[in-house]
Amino acid sequence: MTKDKREIARRPDKAPMATAWDYAPAPEARDIVKVEERYGLFIGGTFVEPASGERYTTIDPAREEPLAEVAQAGKADVDRAVRAARDAFANGWSNLRPSERAKYLFRIARLLQERSREFAVLESLNGGKPIRESRDVDIPLAAAHFFYYAGWADKLEYAFPNRKPRPVGVAGQIIPWNFPLLMLAWKIAPALAAGNTVVLKPAETTPLSALLFCDVLRQAELPPGVVNIVTGDGRTGAELVSHQGVDKIAFTGSTEVGKAIQRTLAGTGKRLTLELGGKAANIIFDDAPLDQAVEGIVNGIYFNQGHVCCAGSRLLVQESIYETVIAKLKRRMATLRVGDPLDKNTDVGAINSKQQLEKISALVQSGIDEGAQIYQPPCKLPERGYWFVPTVFTNVAQSYRIAQEEIFGPVLSVLTFRTPDEAIEKANNTPYGLSAGVWTEKGSRILAMAKGLRAGVVWANTYNRFDPASPFGGYKESGFGREGGRHGLEPYVVLEDA
Amino acid sequence: MSERLPVQKTYKLYIGGAFPRSESGRTYVAEGANAARASRKDLRDAVRIARQAGGAWWGMTAYNRGQVLYRIAEMMEKRQSELAALCTGPDEVAAAIDRVVWYAGWADKLAQVIGSANPVAGPYFNFTVPEPTGVIGILAPEPPLLGLVSRLSPVIVGGNTAVVIASEAHPLVAIELAECLATADVPPGVVNILTGLRGELSPVLASHMDVSALDLAGADGDSAELEKLGAENVKRIVHGRADAQSPYDIAAFLELKTVWHPTGM
Repeated sequence: MTKDKREIARRPDKAPMATAWDYAPAPEARDIVKVEERYGLFIGGTFVEPASGERYTTIDPAREEPLAEVAQAGKADVDRAVRAARDAFANGWSNLRPSERAKYLFRIARLLQERSREFAVLESLNGGKPIRESRDVDIPLAAAHFFYYAGWADKLEYAFPNRKPRPVGVAGQIIPWNFPLLMLAWKIAPALAAGNTVVLKPAETTPLSALLFCDVLRQAELPPGVVNIVTGDGRTGAELVSHQGVDKIAFTGSTEVGKAIQRTLAGTGKRLTLELGGKAANIIFDDAPLDQAVEGIVNGIYFNQGHVCCAGSRLLVQESIYETVIAKLKRRMATLRVGDPLDKNTDVGAINSKQQLEKISALVQSGIDEGAQIYQPPCKLPERGYWFVPTVFTNVAQSYRIAQEEIFGPVLSVLTFRTPDEAIEKANNTPYGLSAGVWTEKGSRILAMAKGLRAGVVWANTYNRFDPASPFGGYKESGFGREGGRHGLEPYVVLEDA
Repeated sequence: MSERLPVQKTYKLYIGGAFPRSESGRTYVAEGANAARASRKDLRDAVRIARQAGGAWWGMTAYNRGQVLYRIAEMMEKRQSELAALCTGPDEVAAAIDRVVWYAGWADKLAQVIGSANPVAGPYFNFTVPEPTGVIGILAPEPPLLGLVSRLSPVIVGGNTAVVIASEAHPLVAIELAECLATADVPPGVVNILTGLRGELSPVLASHMDVSALDLAGADGDSAELEKLGAENVKRIVHGRADAQSPYDIAAFLELKTVWHPTGM
């Protein structure tokens, strides 16, 4: 770098802080999606009334308005779904020619692409995420996932040298509320490709895209019972986990619940994969391209309201550039538009639920109480709905709860370091190990950092990238097993001697 | 009294490359000898040392790690008769030596077979590499030598370190093997072998927060309880087979790391 360039890079941002800019509203049309008044459980290829008789209301978290009544599946309902999955497994799906299985998955991928806007609007309505994100990230990736695994269905023997892969059986899958349809795709696509059948439980607060997905399955003419969707809260999940007829559990969610599931399954011989929490370090070295890095910091923590298990929630900045980075970050934060998820301008949408908002608020309060310094940009929030202003904490000690616990909200904790070794030590100083970010122009340092970081995904000079071909999953208490790529097939096959 | 009185061997533990007695001073009678009866403290020491040894072991080149494993086989070959006297016999020893050699050759091939370059839909270079899980707790199954070697070899060839609880009934061959390890350039602490009472040691191993994974190959009847204890830090649970020999047995103790970087001029 020349001296001039260096000076430019070090130049503190003198531009004035932006105050809340006004934008003309650019709302996405809501009427593309038709939400039913009430939904049953999708079992054996059709919607059935819950035997439990219980229902609950799912809402739009941005408006606190009810969207639909959905079923709270009980023990008998879960049992019915597992039996339907078992029947479908035994009577057709597992013996179907793999090339035919592939074609069903290709169909699903195509249908998702065709109906992508409908899904995007519904995802934003029910989950609170910005339409720009559900439109450009969640739904295209979900379709891509089905397309990717469709191609594996008749090529499994090439994935496992010297072994004969056969399906595990009935997979019970429990997914979170942060990427409802995408997580559904991550779970269902590899399971079906490998010849399994599925009982999937969407998250309590975001069931609607999974229920709309049932209509895609109808259009794809997927045989009844191959995919069953049971809605409900944690009680439904617990019934699914402990059901004798389930051969494999795949769970994405909190580390606490993951551990409870692992305990429940102890000694049962059931297969298990867990994709749990994270507290990722996003590490910025003094030679990093700072403006790009600041975009990466913002994308790392404020993407999807910070409701991301791999969010870059701990920012590690090299001491020499600390002031510059914080100034640039604050300036950038002031331009973030928080508000209506269906507005195409929105960067940060609604917090997914009241419960989550309370959890974020409590942890943020703990940060203030423990002595960290809080910064929030000026921000106009809608009057109704669940919102949290993008927040950054400086003066954070490693022991603070905001530096240790997963907040799962738009809250960033900033720490500093001097040497690469110190950065690695601080980054690894957590029970989690899901992801990490590294920003530096030096290639050899990137590779050395990537080796030293105990995390399943390392983003170098980028952050929060996902792809069906790219394996995703954690080290340590962030779980085990991978989703995506060739490695994502492994949880869904039993490997017999060839 | 013209015949010479033989010098008998004291069988001790193998921790951090040394052969200490149990800190508790306890022994138990096994196979006619006084085997060390490791305490919970011995086990915790072994885990701490195994964790410390991990960095250097994984930091070695794969070629080097492969040679160390091969060297173990060399040492075992020269001690065949001693080993055979303490297990089911020469056939078991031969199988155990061949198993170590087989795994030695995997060290510098794993990443190619288990890792991948991933064609993502965007301007990124993306690859996945296997890395060691960490400290692996092994309950060695019978037969006492082949079972131990079959479970230990895949663990260490991938760069992990191990804390092994030897067969309770037949512990002596494990310590005989430890002498092979100690002279095979296996860095101290990479393999730690404890003898003692399973019921006493297994729960401590399973619940230890710095043990990353468990191979319950040798668990008898208590594996549900041990798995439950292991959940506290999301341990990877493996039920290895004493006769298994495959890269999948290595992969069970590996994590997969995926690295992204943008491409562009």
